[in-house]
Amino acid sequence: MSSVARSRPAASAKSQRGAEESPLVKWTLITIALLFAGTFLVLPLANVFYQALSKGFGSYFRALVEPDTLASIRLTLLVAAISVPLNCFFGVVAAWAVAKFDFKGKALLLTLIDLPFSVSPVVAGLMFVVLFGLQGYLGEWLDAHDMKIIFNVPGIVLATLFITFPFVARELIPLMQAQGSDQEQAALTLGANGLQTFWYVTLPSVKWGLLYGVILCNARAMGEFGAVAVVSGRVSGLSETMPLRVEKLYNEYNAAAAFGVASLLALLALLTLGVKTWLEHRQSLEMERSQEVEEPSTVSHPL
Amino acid sequence: MSIELRNVTKRFGDVPAVSDVSFTVGEGELVALLGPSGGGKTTVLRMIAGLEVPTSGDLFIRGQRVNDVSVQQRNIGFVFQGYALFKTMSVFDNIAFGLKIKKWKKADIADRVGELLKLFGLDGLARRYPHQLSGGQRQRVAIARSLAPRPGVLLLDEPFGAVDAKIRQELREWLVQLHDDLDVTTVFVTHDQEEALEVSNRIVIFSRGRLEQIGTPREVYEQPKNEFVARFIGVMNVLELTVRDGHARVNELSFPAHGAAEGRTLRIGFRPYAVQVSSNLGEHRHRATLKHVYFLGVLLRLELETPSGLVIRARITKEEFSRLGLEEDREVSFQIREYRVLSREGDALPPESAVAHQMSYAEGI
Repeated sequence: MSSVARSRPAASAKSQRGAEESPLVKWTLITIALLFAGTFLVLPLANVFYQALSKGFGSYFRALVEPDTLASIRLTLLVAAISVPLNCFFGVVAAWAVAKFDFKGKALLLTLIDLPFSVSPVVAGLMFVVLFGLQGYLGEWLDAHDMKIIFNVPGIVLATLFITFPFVARELIPLMQAQGSDQEQAALTLGANGLQTFWYVTLPSVKWGLLYGVILCNARAMGEFGAVAVVSGRVSGLSETMPLRVEKLYNEYNAAAAFGVASLLALLALLTLGVKTWLEHRQSLEMERSQEVEEPSTVSHPL
Repeated sequence: MSIELRNVTKRFGDVPAVSDVSFTVGEGELVALLGPSGGGKTTVLRMIAGLEVPTSGDLFIRGQRVNDVSVQQRNIGFVFQGYALFKTMSVFDNIAFGLKIKKWKKADIADRVGELLKLFGLDGLARRYPHQLSGGQRQRVAIARSLAPRPGVLLLDEPFGAVDAKIRQELREWLVQLHDDLDVTTVFVTHDQEEALEVSNRIVIFSRGRLEQIGTPREVYEQPKNEFVARFIGVMNVLELTVRDGHARVNELSFPAHGAAEGRTLRIGFRPYAVQVSSNLGEHRHRATLKHVYFLGVLLRLELETPSGLVIRARITKEEFSRLGLEEDREVSFQIREYRVLSREGDALPPESAVAHQMSYAEGI
């Protein structure tokens, strides 16, 4: 986080050198940007770690290994382990369909993919309660067949799937659209079937974008609060994810433990950010390389 | 491997891209599909490859109907307009791709790729990636890749479109050489008539989805079937004439046309080289002013304007030009040695073709 805040003014200072802005304007802008980032981003984040460790490392670790907290960590990992691969699969399929084919309902599909971005997570959670809850449309049938979805792990997974639905697809669609389907067609003329084409040609050319989408999807899957809060029932040790655990601990005036769990989530965020920056760096390197136009050399050996 | 199209039509939705096209490509031929963009030539190429399916009609490769044969099984090599190299793979892996898919043994793949690298002058570039290659090198990798699995047919979509003018010429000669060496039936798409004339054994000319003419470069140049072909292949003077008193006339020019219906209009075309020009006003029948001289190297193009304002283009050699002592803005005399009666684009020859026959024997007009 702090590294990003630092690199911004450096970049703007460089770009303004040519525009001959007065030093006063330059330094005022830089100061405002730094202060803003410091106050609203760095300070609160640092405080999370400070609070978490305020009672020493010993109590920090004790807070984390408390059974209900451990259960929440396990549940969060489980939910991410299920929803991320599923959304990864869906995202690739959807991006492939949108980028490579023309079909009726393409615009609708694109709008639907964006839906989770525009719907409040609480509403998303409620939709599943209305559908699967005891008073919901499928509630009686589910109850009769002894299937519990709401206030249980399946409900949490469903809500998380819904919320993280767009991440991979949104990342891949513009990438695949920009690349067109020439390389895939070339693979077909060389005898490759659809699956081989996907595996050897399409996937390698979008791998960084896909990884980027997966990272973002994972961060959101682990951090989602609103939708999960509605469907989970928040039974400690059973249907409580890490974000829910943080809130519960905090409400129970157990600030140190709450910040302890929060620090784990914050670490995840920092890690995500780091990987994301690295991936962006990789991608821009690759873009630069593919845009390099070398002087066409003459044909020195025409046969 | 011979290719045959029988009454092939392709529609995209309601838009016909190719209408009722029939032609054959003989074993080992080098054929150009020529036409302006949007003419349907690329669609024809893609149908031969199996990348598009004909809406109706039949497609045969070596006598076998392939309408329902998938692109993977047609045993064709396809070179895409932008080359479509696999950018995440090295030159070696690009060329080896088709062989890996066909489950060749590793040692055989290495042999075959090595052979192609050598043949295509790509030695030492095996480990480079497409972005590290020049335009000409990319093109050669694309062709090597398509030829690696030994296809029966090589299809190229605008093979010279993406390289600059300087190496275009070299690549043309190289393609002809390659075709001679490999003896593989080759079909390529181009919008450049010069390229088609120079490179191919035969040319198939398309316009707006229809086949206008098929023939050797010489045939389509010397005997264009209609005005579209005449204008598209090289430069052609076109005049619209009306028949009066046994002569087809336009302004001060007239041509004997015995037996043609009175009042009938027809169009004739003649190549610039068929126009004879002299500074001696008594030598030829028609008068004109020499408006412009364009230097094209060995040849010069002259633009003549008759007193009534008809513009006639002529072509003579530099030697002839200085021998005749021609100058811009001076009066000259000219005659048209040979010409053809043209039908409109896509039309069959008009019923007056008998007249045309007569007329083409008329000399010294």
